Amino acid sequence: MMLQYILRRVIASIPVLFGILLVTFVLARVIPGDPCRAILGEKATEEVCARFIEEKGLDKPITTQFAIYVKDMASGNLGESFRLGLPVSRLLIERLPTTFELSLAALIVSIIFGIPLGIISAVKHNTWLDVVTMVWANIGVSMPVFWLGLMLMYVFSLQLKDTPFWLPPSGRVSPGISDTPFYEIWGWVVPETGLWSAFLNFTGRLNILNSLLTQNWELLKDSIMHLILPALALGTIPMAIIARMARSAMLDVLGQDYIRTAKAKGLGRGGVIFKHAFRNSLLPLVTVIGLSFGGLLGGAVLTETIFGLSGVGRTLYEAITARDYGIVQVFTLVIAFVFVVINLIVDISYAYLDPRVRLN
Amino acid sequence: MTADSTTIATLDPEAIASKSTGMWQLTMRRLFRRRSAMAGLVILGILVFIATFAPALAPYDPTISMLDVDPPQKIKARTAPCIHLLGCPTDQPQHIAGIDGNIRDQFSRLLYGARLSLMVGFSTVTFAIIIGTVLGALAGYFGGWIDNLIMRVMDVLLAFPSLLLAIAIVTVLGPGLINALLAIGIVSIPAYARVMRASVLSVREMEFVSATRALGGNNMQILFLRILPNALTPLIVQGTLGIASAILDAAALSFLGLGAQPPTPEWGSMLGSERNQVFTAPHLVFYPGFMIMLTVLAFNLIGDGLRDALDPRLAHSSS
Repeated sequence: MMLQYILRRVIASIPVLFGILLVTFVLARVIPGDPCRAILGEKATEEVCARFIEEKGLDKPITTQFAIYVKDMASGNLGESFRLGLPVSRLLIERLPTTFELSLAALIVSIIFGIPLGIISAVKHNTWLDVVTMVWANIGVSMPVFWLGLMLMYVFSLQLKDTPFWLPPSGRVSPGISDTPFYEIWGWVVPETGLWSAFLNFTGRLNILNSLLTQNWELLKDSIMHLILPALALGTIPMAIIARMARSAMLDVLGQDYIRTAKAKGLGRGGVIFKHAFRNSLLPLVTVIGLSFGGLLGGAVLTETIFGLSGVGRTLYEAITARDYGIVQVFTLVIAFVFVVINLIVDISYAYLDPRVRLN
Repeated sequence: MTADSTTIATLDPEAIASKSTGMWQLTMRRLFRRRSAMAGLVILGILVFIATFAPALAPYDPTISMLDVDPPQKIKARTAPCIHLLGCPTDQPQHIAGIDGNIRDQFSRLLYGARLSLMVGFSTVTFAIIIGTVLGALAGYFGGWIDNLIMRVMDVLLAFPSLLLAIAIVTVLGPGLINALLAIGIVSIPAYARVMRASVLSVREMEFVSATRALGGNNMQILFLRILPNALTPLIVQGTLGIASAILDAAALSFLGLGAQPPTPEWGSMLGSERNQVFTAPHLVFYPGFMIMLTVLAFNLIGDGLRDALDPRLAHSSS
């Protein structure tokens, strides 16, 4: 039953994935200007352009071009960024860990603060605690990420300078701190290309994971300190949304008959709240947390720009302004892909949590 | 039984009409009773006032340098706020929110910014509602391949984080305020299309729709006179909350330099152009961002209040 449901959801997301491919394909072709000079730069000569057009198959019918594009993407041939002179796949592996770490940290911040705030608010419904929490949640969803980021930076990096609360305003690691990846320390031989190499390069750049694997506590402390401000900035909006959702979901459940029954049975307060109420209010929360992820990926552009992190968001933004279509196409594709996969996971976990969903 | 039949017999069109205004009156009354929604309405009222009377309220032209005013002021770029009431020497010219990087009075720019922000919010949402409603209505009403086609396109639009998609669209169209508005408008279409489609699906099979059809009403009449009014409630709520996110996204685009271009007094671009000065001139970052937050907050509060006020099921679980 569950397997059938998963299969159905995966099949249903195929048209969307195809649509995404089509959008990114069209995106790179409707951009004003001639594609050759847009990609190779203004100085490209006629001959270079003619060769480029033939190489890229830009003289072929548009449908053939699309087929080639889909084939390239599916086989992992992601093209090159001519501006940076690097293969896009390498850029992706270099930049993705930053965004991954940042989004995950922001999500953790938003969940560990958002859910308890929402529960407290619901349990203490209509008290001053509830009012204060909800006022803050409302302000939280209304704050522009870039403003919050800059204000946090002002407070923690400037005003709290020379106090133990000081936090670095930008970057991922302080200069002078070694972030040698674990595979080098362990003396592993990394192949030049292939999935295994990509995987190692990716995980080796996840600073926190890497510092734990190599027991490099200096790096761990430094990475966490660098991560706090961006994660707070990026996590505030989802935190506020989660808190509000948790509150209303809990209120809904707390008004149900079975909660009264549980109380009447003489179950303790904690038991009622966590065993009976919270579990049943998880459903809408899972959706909201999943949906927040899209916001996180969008917000990452702003957060990374402000905090000087070269992650996927900032790279994509810079590529867009520099008209580096090689990067734009692939990075947009990857972000949309990740987003679809997350939505799929949300749907599946939804079905797991609520068996009724599977039947519809 | 007899009492019932007499009341039905005496129902006149006027009574029905007054009953339908009654729903909106009730909604407004419920809305006014919520402190948070009231706070939102008050903030919005102030912002509308500022936007309307910006020329009268602003002490200076928003785009003029203090070196060019009469008499010229010898003042440095990015001077901190000077408020006479708070002890700033009276021989210095008063600038409530300080001076920006181009020696302009930031307070005046902030006031004019309210115009732009409200305009951005309303115009993008109107655009998105109109297109989204039509698409959603077509999808829900006709079903079949039309529904499939429209909703799959909407799914693809939803598969991109909205800000990223907006950035991509602006790249294709070129930076500028109008293109940014268009991009945000396009990005928000799916939300309205989904709301409208869901409403249409829920009313399509009801008796009053079949009745209209039996009376010879055509598809357009059924859609716009019978079904649309029933979908208004969720659309209004979605629209109000949509204004909030449209303002945030527009500010973000302008912050990145893709929206309103200088010297237009737009909060996002004011903040974006001075963001590297956050340590030396924090007032240039703080005030524009605070105004964005206040505006977005107002719409969020009103939207939440409207949702609760329009949903009779929530009438008793007020907060």
